[in-house]
This record gives sequence, C-alpha cells and structure tokens, in this order.
Amino acid sequence: MTVLTIKDLNVTFSTEGGDLRALRDVSFEVPERRIVGIVGESGCGKSTLINAILGLLADNGRIDGGSILFEGQELTALSAPKMRDLRGQRISTVFQDPMGALNPVLSVGRQMQNIQYRSGLSRAEKDARSVDMLRLVRIPDPEHAWARYPHEFSGGMKQRIAIAMALMMEPALLIADEPTTALDATLEVATIELLQDLQQQIGCSVLFISHHLGVIAELCDDVVVMYAGEVVERGTTRQVFNTPRHPYSIRLLECDPARQAERTRNLPTIPGEIPDLRRRPQGCIFANRCDRKVAACDELPPDVAVGDGQVARCILAEAV
Amino acid sequence: MHIGRGGMSAILDVRDLRVTFRVGSITQRRDILGVAGVSFEVNPGETFALVGESGSGKTTLARAVNGLQEISSGSVTFEGNRIDTLDTRSMKPVRRRMSMMFQDPVGSLSPRMKVGDLVTEPFRIHGVADVNLREETRRLLSLVGLPADFAERYPHQLSGGQARRVGVARAVALNPAMIIADEPTAGLDVSVQGEVLNLLNDLRERMGLAMVIITHNLHVVHHVADRMAVMYLGRFVETGDTEEIFQAPAHPYTAALLSANPEPDPDKAHDRIMLPAEVPSLLARPPGCEFHTRCPWAQSKCSTEPPAIVERDERRIACHFPLDPGARPPEQKGAA
Amino acid sequence: MFAAASEDRRQWLKPLVRILREPLGALGIALVILMVGGAALADFLSAFEPNKISPRDRFQGPSLTHLLGTDQLGRDLFSRVLHGGRIALSVALFATAASLIIGIVLGLIAGYGPRWLDNLMILLFDSIKSFPTVMLALALVTLFGPSLTAVVVVVVLVNVPGYARIIRTQTLALKTSEFVTAAQSMGASTARILRHHIMPNVIGPLLILASMDIPVVIAIEAGMSFLGLGVRPPTPSWGAILNDGFTAIRDTPWIAIAGGLPIILTTLGFTFLGETLRDVFDPRLKARG
Repeated sequence: MTVLTIKDLNVTFSTEGGDLRALRDVSFEVPERRIVGIVGESGCGKSTLINAILGLLADNGRIDGGSILFEGQELTALSAPKMRDLRGQRISTVFQDPMGALNPVLSVGRQMQNIQYRSGLSRAEKDARSVDMLRLVRIPDPEHAWARYPHEFSGGMKQRIAIAMALMMEPALLIADEPTTALDATLEVATIELLQDLQQQIGCSVLFISHHLGVIAELCDDVVVMYAGEVVERGTTRQVFNTPRHPYSIRLLECDPARQAERTRNLPTIPGEIPDLRRRPQGCIFANRCDRKVAACDELPPDVAVGDGQVARCILAEAV
Repeated sequence: MHIGRGGMSAILDVRDLRVTFRVGSITQRRDILGVAGVSFEVNPGETFALVGESGSGKTTLARAVNGLQEISSGSVTFEGNRIDTLDTRSMKPVRRRMSMMFQDPVGSLSPRMKVGDLVTEPFRIHGVADVNLREETRRLLSLVGLPADFAERYPHQLSGGQARRVGVARAVALNPAMIIADEPTAGLDVSVQGEVLNLLNDLRERMGLAMVIITHNLHVVHHVADRMAVMYLGRFVETGDTEEIFQAPAHPYTAALLSANPEPDPDKAHDRIMLPAEVPSLLARPPGCEFHTRCPWAQSKCSTEPPAIVERDERRIACHFPLDPGARPPEQKGAA
Repeated sequence: MFAAASEDRRQWLKPLVRILREPLGALGIALVILMVGGAALADFLSAFEPNKISPRDRFQGPSLTHLLGTDQLGRDLFSRVLHGGRIALSVALFATAASLIIGIVLGLIAGYGPRWLDNLMILLFDSIKSFPTVMLALALVTLFGPSLTAVVVVVVLVNVPGYARIIRTQTLALKTSEFVTAAQSMGASTARILRHHIMPNVIGPLLILASMDIPVVIAIEAGMSFLGLGVRPPTPSWGAILNDGFTAIRDTPWIAIAGGLPIILTTLGFTFLGETLRDVFDPRLKARG
C-alpha cells in the first residue's frame, strides 16, 4: 500500500521573465510506514513539491499535468475547503523553524487542545492526550510544561513540541521540511532518533526533506534525489547511497566531506550552475555540468529502471 | 606541520581572554561570561579551527580577537604587538593584516554596492593610492575564479557561492597575514562548499596565510584544519592536532560531538554517545566541571571541583578524567 | 543571473512605466506636469504682470482676456495663479529638501551614535512633534514676522521629527547587520560607514514618504498665506488669492475658485503620484497610511 503516489507532476510559475518550469515529470511513491527522504540543493524544487502536495502553491503557480494521489484521493482535483480539512488531520507538517507552527501568545496545552477540535473528545480527554504526547516527545515534566508558553522552551524542545503537535491527530503522512537544520549536531541526532521512534509507534509515513546527506542516510528508508525541478534518481537509501546511478547523485555524494575518509585539502565540487528554468535546455537537465555527457544527452532522457525499484533519469544509468 | 604550544613564531597569541556581557534591567544587572578565559596561538600558514555548538562563544571569541568586541581581561597579541589595548585609530593598520569573513555570504556584502566597489573597498578605506582600482578588481576577481564582468553586479544578483567568493576576494585584497572566517560554508550547498574551502586553502598556500576557521561542521574541520579547539560554554575543553583529536577524542564532550555527526552511509552502525539534558544557560553555569550535567562519565568530583588543564603531548584537555582512545560511556543514561 | 547589463540599462524606465500603468499614477503625473509647467512658463503663458494694479478692471469675471477674471485691485488672476504656483512649488521643494537633509543627518546620528544621544534626540523630536502646527506657525511669526522663511521653518520643524525617526529606526537595524560589522572590521571610519553603507539603504522609503508630504507642505504655505502669516502682499500666493476671494465670495466667486482650484489640483496630483510610488516600490509602507 502506498500512502502518497505522485505521478508525472508538472508545476509551472508565471514570472516576469516568462514561464518557469519548477517541476518536470516528478514521480515517486511514499509507501505505508516508510520514511522517504528528499535530498537536493537550493533550487531543486523541494519547497515547490511540498507546496504542491499541500495545495499551497503561490498565486502565480499552477499544476499543469500529473497527479498527486493521497490515500486514494486525487489532491490536484480537491476543493480548497476539502484540502484544508486534510491538512493538519491526515497530512501534517513540521518546518525548519518551529515557531512557524507555534503561536507565541497561547500556551502549549491550549494549542494542543485546539488541534483536536475535530476529535470529539472531552476537554479533559484532550488534555490527557496532550500530556501523553508531550511525554512521548520527551519533554521533561509534561504536566507542567503543558501550561507554559513557547518562548519558555529551548530551540530543541520547541521543535519537539512542534513534532508532538504534528503527530497529535495521528496523520497518515508527516511532511518534515528540514526540521533539524537549525539544530546543533547533538540535538539533531536526538531529534532524528525521536522521529524514528514516533513514526514506528504511530505507524505513519514520513516525507523528510533535507540537504544533509548524513541525516537522510541515517533516517530514511527510501531516497528521492532532486535536481533543478526533476527527480533524477530514486530508490532505497542503500541503493542510492551505495550504488548511485545518476551522475548528479554520484557527484553530490562525492562532495560531502564526510564521504572522504582520507583527509584531503582538495575537496570535490560540481562546477557550473543549475540552468535557468525559464529557458530550460533541450536535453538532460544535468548535461551542462555532467562530465559523462554524450551527444544523446541533448535529448530528454527517460526514467531508466536499473533494478529492484531504483530508477535514474539518465541514458547511461545502466552503464554507470 | 604543527608547531605546538610555545611555538616562538606564533602570529596570533591569545592569553586567558574573557568577554563579559551585561544583561538585565538597571535594577537587576548581571554580568555573564561569554568567553571564560581562553588561550591559544596560531602559527603562520596554519589553519586553526574553533568548533562548538550555538552559544558556545566561538563567534564572540573571533570578534574579540578582531577587536569588534570589547574584552574584559586577558591579552591578544598579533604579529608581536598587543592589540587588545589599541583604540579604533591605532587598530586600523592591524586591520590590513588581519581580515575577517562573516557568516552570511550575501548579507555581509553591502547591498547597494557593486562587486567591483566591494572588493576594492579595503584600498579606499586604507587610502592605498598607488594602485589602479580597475586592475585590482580584475586581479582579485580572477584570483577567486569569478569572471571580470561580475564587477558590475550587485550582491542580490549573486548565488551564495559567488557571494562567498567576493567575500574572500575582499578579505585578501590587501595581502593580510591572517584571515578569521566565521562559518565560511554556512548557507552553501554541499557541491559549492568544497569550492570555497579549496579556494581558501589555495590562497593560504599561495600567500602563506594563517587562518582561523569557526564552524560547527566537524567534517569540514577534519579536512581543512591543522589544529582545533572545542568550545563549550565559553571555554576550550580540548585543544590539539585535528587528526589526533578525530582519532581519539580525550574530552567526553569532544567524543560526544564526534559521535553525533550523522554520516552519509546507511550501513554505518551508530555507536552514539547520547548527551542527556540540554546545554545549561550561561546565567547558571554548573559548579565544578561545567560539562558534568551532561557527561556520561561524570563522577562526584566533577560536580564540585573545576578541572585543571591536563596536557598530553600537544593536547590540552579540561577534564578530571580524560578518555582513553576508544572509551565507551560506563552505561548510557536515559537518552535525551 | 542573465543579461545583467541590458537589465541595468532599462532599469530607470521601469518605475516610470509602472507608475503610468496605474490610472491614478498617470493622472497624478499629468496634474503635476500641468502645475509645474504652468509655474515654469508663467511669463510666456500670461500677457499680464501678476502685480499690475488696474483699478478700471476690478472684479471682472472670467473672459478670453482674463482667463480667470480679475481681483479687487484689477490684477489678472490667471497670471497671479501661475506666479503663485512658482512660490508654492519652490517653497514645497526647498522646504522638503531642507527637511530631508536635516532629517537624514539627525536620524543617522541618533541611530548610529551613543545611546544617550539617541534618547536625547528622540525626546527632542517628540516635543517638537507634540506642538500643533498652527501654534508653531503663530509662535514663529510672532518672533520673525510673516515671511516665506517662516513658512519654510514651520515646514522643516513639522517634517524633520518624522523623517529623522524613520532614518533612525532603520539605521538602528542596520547598525548590527553583517555588512556594517564587516566594514568596521576592515577599518572603515564612522563617516564612511554612514555615507556608503547605511545611507544608501535607508533613504529610499523616506524619499517616497517625502513625495507624499509635498501636498501637505503646499497646504501649509497656502494656509499660512491665507492667514496672512506667510507671503507678504502683493507677492502672489494661492493662499493669499483664496483669502482675497473669501471676503467677496458671494459676488465674485471666481477669485476664491482661482485660488482654491490650483491648491486642490496640485495636492491631488502629488498625493496620487506619491501613493502610486509607494505602492509600486514599497507596499510595506501602506500600513502607515
């Protein structure tokens, strides 16, 4: 069973300089009870993808083609009120800055009560659940923490409270957008382990967006590699990290200083820049920076299945 | 190449530096120690890394060394001269020799100035008249690998990596002897951060620069720094050769930091030292060893007596019970 | 990221096109051009001297000879309105420019200087601001006598506290920004930091606000001249013409109209222009109303 199936999704923004192809033929799945990581650098379309799923594209953006299937429902055809009902109940989100999710003038407990407005529980039951949830995310002394305000917590605790609130309604899908990026390393690993635990207990799926390869490797079951609005490679974390097939994935992994076991003063890089998506080049999106480019790369590459679920958008995927 | 402590030719020598901040209202004024007595030296051509989590005082320390932050005691000696006692005017010539790069690649560039004016501003500030500014612009841009026509761009027209290159060009414009780089890879993509680090390293080799790099990214430190210091609550808990520290961290905090670094390898077995509890507030420094509240190895002595500095070869460790190589915590307390 | 040079060349045209695209902006520009053009070409557009008294032609209604009629001394009102426009616009521009310069300098000092100086200056700004404009005008005229100088001083005193506060607030915000710290670490002097790093980043919104204040300045000049506190007779001023017409508004309404209409049109023109400028460049300022 898959919770979320995205098929050939295309998103375009109309800008002053012309139409910008923000996502081109994006396809991947989030299976039940799995953590899928999306990795990519700035300009790869991660945020557009999330906004498209949540029905929150900016006014100048439009979905022109493809489908987003969530629990059997086609989200691209869903009305705004229905989409709103879905958000926060069946699909919830955690962002880099926890204060985006927390209202500074309401106590944590009050906010957790508000989230449960559709649960039909009595106030006492709601509060008991809130306290349980805070305990679950390891907030010390949850009975008292419940009555406190967001600013009284440290950054790491605020993020854990945001996670508690996101998981309160036991959603089918949690979208976590760089939730650990603003945290220090010691808090980052603690938050990752917490997410992993909670996901198993609640049994939801997670779509985890990060630019941090180490975090993705540690947390995720599957990985989707994005570059300039396209999914260039996807597969299980082991497949992508151990035997990457798309030249961009290969180079990206090489660039991480953590992958360089030998101490070196000459770190690998990917020279060049992502193409202007208002004037998308004809062929492969990575061709202008690719060191394996051949003549055939001037044509759009197909998604090549290289074995057991691993797919790379590169004509050389099998040879690599 | 590591001339250790007492290397006679240190370009920067910091002794027992303290920085205090005044906080609170008039009625409840309190001083907090942002940097609580730190000593280190940097040799010519050497890269020294300051590592620590947010709030550890590493940026404050860098600013204090650069004279942007008043110090409350201790000394800073640069190229043989005390510079912490200098006023703004006497500090000016020092600023030609020691330049600083700030965290935000775009935000540290004045938004209404063109790249050409930005990279040559040091010449104008220091009244260097005998140069052709246009030629200097071309020279500096090519030095950092940017096309000459970038001189006409404004900072908002640059990507993070390009803006960082402009920052580097400006920092080396007047041939300094030392650069302090505060999080030089912050805000950069992985594929670009290598470019910047390689560039800095290349310039270091070509110009014989000494460098102080402040970062929280341990993987970066491993590749670029000769020596490193780990900061916790405004103090150095461990100082020494980078390679050696990575091989065998002797301070429990260093060990925890190193083990907390997520690695991009799905098959890696994680043998983590989890730190319970959160970082204490600077307003309520724990007694004894300030790390004892989170230390898995803490013993009763640790909560009462501040540790003396233990020296092991080139290593300095602020711990009562420095770790032996490969030590594991006695028993994992309830993980954080 | 692309074609940066050609973008630069078109840069100056863009705002104009954007203003003209807004109906109110286009109307504003048209009105401003009409008034400024009339004032600048006053000598060519009117055959009559503005101050020439001609008792025979008193209280004549609008006609082909006297487009707006004549006043109680037989002076041609069209000519007086055009020449009055010169006074109104030059006072407005001069007083606004003076307010801007003083406001920027004081704002930079308050924002960048030591805390005690900032507090002192804020106290000063607030005390000036708390004075009603009319009282301020009366007090100054009592001290110096009615004159254009009095008008300019009143305008400057009314404008400067607000301008300085805006500059101060932004300067305070930029004072700790990374690019200012970077300039300090390079050894830049305070004057250099203020001139090259802070000022270019803080004056934009102020210029827009000042353009919206021009109608207020014109109204102050007209108002003071109407009350006899501004321009001294016989110098033509819209406020003075309005006052002349006011006494005989029942019998000769065209005099009051000749004085009032340009005030209304100019005020509207600059207001439309200023508001469009604001909307086009800095929508955030809308809140200030």
